[in-house]
Amino acid sequence: MKPIIEVQNLNKVYKKSENEIKVLNNINITVGEGEFLALMGPSGSGKTTLLNLIAGIDKPTSGNIEVKGVDITTFGESALAKWRSSNIGFVFQFYNLIPVLTAFENVELPLLLTKLNRAQRVKHVESALKVVGLGDRMSHYPKQLSGGQEQRVAIARAVVTDPLIIVADEPTGDLDRNSATEILTLLERLNKEFKKTIIMVTHDPHAAERASRVLHLEKGDLVDNL
Amino acid sequence: MAIPLKYTFKNFQNRKTTSIITLVGIALVVFVFATVLMMAYGIQKTLVSTGSPDNVIILRKAANGEISSIIDGETQAVIRTLPHIAKTSEGTPALSGEAVSVINLEKQGGLSNVTVRAVSPEARFLRPQIKLVEGKWFNPGLKELVIGESVQKNFTNMEIGSKIRISGENWTITGIFDTDGSGFDSEIWADAKEMLNALNRGNSVSTLTLKLDDIENFEKFKMAFAADRRLTQFEVKGEQQFFEEQSESLAMFIKVLGIFITVIFSFGATIGAMITMYTSVANRTVEIGTMRSLGFSRRSILTAFLFESLLIALTGGLIGIFFASFMQFFQISTINFNSFAELSFKFALNPDIIISSLIFAVVMGFLGGFLPSVRAARMKIVNALRSS
Repeated sequence: MKPIIEVQNLNKVYKKSENEIKVLNNINITVGEGEFLALMGPSGSGKTTLLNLIAGIDKPTSGNIEVKGVDITTFGESALAKWRSSNIGFVFQFYNLIPVLTAFENVELPLLLTKLNRAQRVKHVESALKVVGLGDRMSHYPKQLSGGQEQRVAIARAVVTDPLIIVADEPTGDLDRNSATEILTLLERLNKEFKKTIIMVTHDPHAAERASRVLHLEKGDLVDNL
Repeated sequence: MAIPLKYTFKNFQNRKTTSIITLVGIALVVFVFATVLMMAYGIQKTLVSTGSPDNVIILRKAANGEISSIIDGETQAVIRTLPHIAKTSEGTPALSGEAVSVINLEKQGGLSNVTVRAVSPEARFLRPQIKLVEGKWFNPGLKELVIGESVQKNFTNMEIGSKIRISGENWTITGIFDTDGSGFDSEIWADAKEMLNALNRGNSVSTLTLKLDDIENFEKFKMAFAADRRLTQFEVKGEQQFFEEQSESLAMFIKVLGIFITVIFSFGATIGAMITMYTSVANRTVEIGTMRSLGFSRRSILTAFLFESLLIALTGGLIGIFFASFMQFFQISTINFNSFAELSFKFALNPDIIISSLIFAVVMGFLGGFLPSVRAARMKIVNALRSS
């Protein structure tokens, strides 16, 4: 499998007053193109921090993260924002939909950062919502949808720009078992059918089973490679 | 690319209560601001419309109003000989020697000053805008007078046939005139000769108002005036310019006082807008983090929140102006600083006042929204997302 992400000697240290808290210690990972990787570990193990660093929404203390051969740790604030908009799709535990926008408008949001015109955007949004099975809920507001449906809208928003990588932070953490199964099936489908590289943080061993590889973190260290 | 405007509009609608409270605060301040400017402009408009564009007024140099000016009979005779003075239909020079004095009259709530203008028969030729709406014009040589509509409205016992006591003598009201809201509406007019006798002023008048044969000859007339050594203590002005100058000190006083008060009010409205926007940022921390994750820049976030604040302020400003515009239906009176007499005027609105009021509202919105918007833009994505 061709590598898409290469994490080398990655360290992250948070400073709280005069104390330094090491969150990640010298992490080295390679993720292959089209891989479905699960990051597991107890709370505070650094899995979300690792995910945030790979997604370019946080900066490491030291080390490199190369995505498709480009070291994103050298990017400035605005270059990183631009890079995220075209390479990363985000799925959050609490969906993070904008409550005042409809499902359609939420999914359209990342497309506003592209050069697509209105007609092209409409086409992309409709396709994405159909893929997640919500073609008939486009004009619904988040509060009019169930938790599972909200997360499916969030997944549509994550894939609408056709990004290289989808990062999902506890995507089933706020859902009941049935909805969680639906979401995992959807992610699995995106991985297998649409060849999306997915990195998912989860506590749930059932969720991790869907991944092609699981990495365990503990106190900032990579403990095994299953 | 910027965050879509519908996001701002929908948030505005979604947080109706806080948005409306802020909006009402700004609307009230803009209402007061616009009303003060409308009051000052109303005074200016009233006094400017008192003068005619083709009339010329002569008064003593250094006199800061008609009441402090005096022109003796000899000087009046010299002025009558100057070139370019038009003739009335009767063939007399279109020139009116006018003596201005102030009397006390009773109105609701006490006494107030009223201007009495003693005019020559030519005065009506010089001011064709004067229309008699009731009764008849005073007879020369009799103790009769006509009153402006505002005098009739604002003072008690001002009916045709009623008597007004001036210099110990009774004068009868014979008519009521209207000048379309000019300063003359707040005056009482009488025959110059009769009034000068009553006031023991001999033949000295306050000012001379005249019409030129052609207003294009104004500069030539001024040159002839300046060339005559007997007239060095006097000056000549366009009548409209004179009345405009008369309005300046009062209008400026109202503006300065009003704007000072409004600026103090505006601190409250600005702080209100700031609290609203800080609350808005705090309630939408996760949304900010999400949008930043998706790739929207710090500048987009700053612009979106600032725009929201400006939208509230602008809406408040428009509402304030809307309600202030109804003040145009109200007429009030005040004491003119130059004549020491009452002047009735209407609040008046013009495009400059609308623009100034909207700018004032936008400045309040900008000052109230800037710091919260900067706070939103500077949030770290990870911290913002963590607050979910």
